[in-house]
Amino acid sequence: MTAKHHTAEHCGETPYIIRMRPHDILLPVAAGLCCKPGGFHIDPVRPVERAVITHGHSDHARPGHGAVLATQETLDMMRLRYGDNFARSTQAIRYGEEIRLGDVKIKFHPAGHVLGSAQIAVSCKDLCIVASGDYKDAIDPTCTPFEVVPCDVFITEATFGLPVFRHGDAADEVKKLLASVALFPERAHLVGAYSLGKAQRVIALLREQGYDAPVYLHGAMEGITRYYESRGIALGELRLVKGMKKADLAGTITLAPPTATSDIWTRRFPDPVTAFASGWMRVRARARQRGVELPLVISDHADWDGLTATISATGAGEVWVTHGQEDALVHWCRARGLAARPLDLVGYGDEEEHEVVAADEAET
Amino acid sequence: MNRFAELLDRLAYEPGRNNKLRLITAYFRDTPDPDRGYALAALTGALSFKHAKPGLVRDLIMDRTDPVLFGLSYDYVGDLSETVALMWPKGGANYRESLLGHASLPLSPAKEGQGEGYHTGGLNIDSRHNNPPPPTLSEVVVTLRTLGKTELPSQLARWLDELDETGRWALLKLVTGAMRIGISARLAKTAAAALGDKDPHEIELIWPGLAPPYLELFAWLEGRGDKPVNRDPAPFRPVMLAHAIEDTDFASLDPADYIAEWKWDGIRVQAVSGRDERGHTQARLYSRTGEDITNSFPDLLPSLHLPGAIDGELLVLRDGRVQTFNVLQQRLNRKVVSPKLTKDFPIHLRAYDLLGDDENDLRELPFVERRAHLEVFVRKLDDPRIDLSPTIAFDSWQALIAARADPASAGAGEDADAVEGVMLKRRDAPYLPGRPRGQWWKWKRDPHIIDAVLMYAQRGHGKRSSYYSDYTFGVWTSGEDGEQLVPVGKAYFGFTDEELLQIDRFVRRNTTEKFGPVRHVVHEPDQGLVLEVAFEGLARSPRHRSGVAMRFPRISRLRWDKPPREADRLETLERMLKDVTAN
Repeated sequence: MTAKHHTAEHCGETPYIIRMRPHDILLPVAAGLCCKPGGFHIDPVRPVERAVITHGHSDHARPGHGAVLATQETLDMMRLRYGDNFARSTQAIRYGEEIRLGDVKIKFHPAGHVLGSAQIAVSCKDLCIVASGDYKDAIDPTCTPFEVVPCDVFITEATFGLPVFRHGDAADEVKKLLASVALFPERAHLVGAYSLGKAQRVIALLREQGYDAPVYLHGAMEGITRYYESRGIALGELRLVKGMKKADLAGTITLAPPTATSDIWTRRFPDPVTAFASGWMRVRARARQRGVELPLVISDHADWDGLTATISATGAGEVWVTHGQEDALVHWCRARGLAARPLDLVGYGDEEEHEVVAADEAET
Repeated sequence: MNRFAELLDRLAYEPGRNNKLRLITAYFRDTPDPDRGYALAALTGALSFKHAKPGLVRDLIMDRTDPVLFGLSYDYVGDLSETVALMWPKGGANYRESLLGHASLPLSPAKEGQGEGYHTGGLNIDSRHNNPPPPTLSEVVVTLRTLGKTELPSQLARWLDELDETGRWALLKLVTGAMRIGISARLAKTAAAALGDKDPHEIELIWPGLAPPYLELFAWLEGRGDKPVNRDPAPFRPVMLAHAIEDTDFASLDPADYIAEWKWDGIRVQAVSGRDERGHTQARLYSRTGEDITNSFPDLLPSLHLPGAIDGELLVLRDGRVQTFNVLQQRLNRKVVSPKLTKDFPIHLRAYDLLGDDENDLRELPFVERRAHLEVFVRKLDDPRIDLSPTIAFDSWQALIAARADPASAGAGEDADAVEGVMLKRRDAPYLPGRPRGQWWKWKRDPHIIDAVLMYAQRGHGKRSSYYSDYTFGVWTSGEDGEQLVPVGKAYFGFTDEELLQIDRFVRRNTTEKFGPVRHVVHEPDQGLVLEVAFEGLARSPRHRSGVAMRFPRISRLRWDKPPREADRLETLERMLKDVTAN
């Protein structure tokens, strides 16, 4: 029997073990991040017996698990998307709440990514690992702000893990949108935004800038946006595009899933200006590739400065990097004397690239 | 500078001409002098300073950042200026020094300084309040004019520290002379004209006498000052353009009212010569939009030794014979004109109108009278590089139709291949800027036509971004695997809106594969869409797999009735090519 097995089996019970090692607690496997001593997976990409889920985006929250532990908001979002029977049983947990699972303790902390998004701190004896899921450290009026959780090992995403990604103030980007609406009052402005989180954030930012006209929605966004409102997030007057006359959409702002902004669906708008709210818009080639006319750099992921500042602030001596530009972030950590490695987890990514609009919405 | 950068940024994404105009006009309206003037100069290419080499920019970023991170970023972004603009670390943190100092490299010192008080949100609001204000466009332009070569790197670094991402991008594009944003000088001037509801031609007229930052121009446009006077000895005059004639137009036209000339397949130019205050002759060559192209044709200047303004066609002549447009193309858009180039492609001006004779403005005179002045003028010039565009004798439309069908026997002789049709000009027409109705007509020869098969379709831009409106088409050839289609060109216009909808529907229903924005459309002998493609010319091209490149291809008809197997073959194009080059 190897020492590794020995440690894992006796986690939490064996006082004479020298010290837990991180991979005894969390191990990347095909289904996702597996916590053997706790008997669960974090954000599993395949059906598992027990899943702990960071947030509601579909690459992290999938249906078909046995038991699911997540924030109330995340559970509600899964129910909205997958129906009532998305899991055999569910358990809601609040930010700051700690519970014991097997030989480990887990605690949820706000991740600032979207409504209900959480970082999950997994502790076993004197070792603490934080799986941060997707996170951002910028202000977002639609969700609880990100919180730094001191830990030994920090698991970070790297969606925007290159120093070219610095996202600036989202308010300035919304001002850019409003300036364009003022300059082209006879055209419709069509803003591509991921329907869970980004769309509601853009609407809230518009309201913060004093924009009080109705904001129009693509049908695929209605459910989740109404859910945000039901959680107390004020978004002002919202209307559906469906059934509107073309001429009446002049001078308006419509939020739509990114794939819909280059679809036949756009033909109902008068000479639309195609905007896209995404961190990717920082890079011109990406914006051009998508045929975007008004790129808005608004991201729900931490930018390079956010990633590096957060890693430093957690005090972690070891950093595991998942989905995105792992190379640059691992290099940055190592240059600062931190142990760092890419996790090579498969199945997570840029939610914006994956959102598919229901066919009936797209064609009507 | 940040505001100008915002404008450039927005223009770079905006496909529509009218929208571009509005963006530029709005900028001119909101921006004070002298910044907007320097912006106008930047957009019209009127700024002059020594450009920085890309190597200098690379050195600057290497001093400030980790080379590994720079390498990964550059790979990802693919554009040096943009990479540097995006990753430029503010606050002068020198990478090499900090490596020697301590382990933690402050990419953004303000954040590190927050220490215990680290909190979320607002992380991206950096220490800009402690920094000097970003430079204005005027400051950048004026400084660059006088700055010594050795001072440039440190000055550039200071500006990069002070600007935001977009500002840095625009600055680097400006100083490296790589500002390609799809704006013509004409468009920028039109936007300025809109500021004062003026005709852009009025600006063109006075433009050569103006210099950045154009204070008196903006004063005039805003009604605060008099119209600037053009003191240029060789100014551009707005050109008169022709309408395309339709068969139905002839019924209402009397042949006796018109003079006909060959329409030459060259480029329209205005050759102007005048004497400056000291009595020296100044000669300039303008494109039809008023862009000064004098420097591309130094070999023509000595021929423009009499003061006057000729409207004519620029051609390449070899042994007295007009060469095709494909040959002339070798002389276009050249920054450096070598003696070999001028020898191999001797330039020639074929004159068809005279707008000014010495001090006299002839534009109000009827065309017949101007033509008489022109004949005298060309005779006085007595220069082998400048000749008169011959007129075509005709007494009925029938006779002109015959001449157009066979230019060789109607007077064009061996130059017939360079004739792309005939021009009709009213005898009594004054020279009017723009495209006045009923004065000048162009009547092109029938274009070349082939039937090709639609192979790939790509989404268009702007208004057309929801349509598959860019088509790659091919013709049949015998390959290793038997009969196959080889792409011969790409077209994105020529069809009606209704036809666009039909093709779009066809593309969506017959896609076999998708590669990013490109769809492979079914193209089998029995399945697919045949497009009738019209084009103006054909040239050999090693860059295309088929070996030929079309000039000005467009979709002239949809051949739903024709099975793809009956489309044309590559041999047909090769035969057309031979016909062109053999003559």
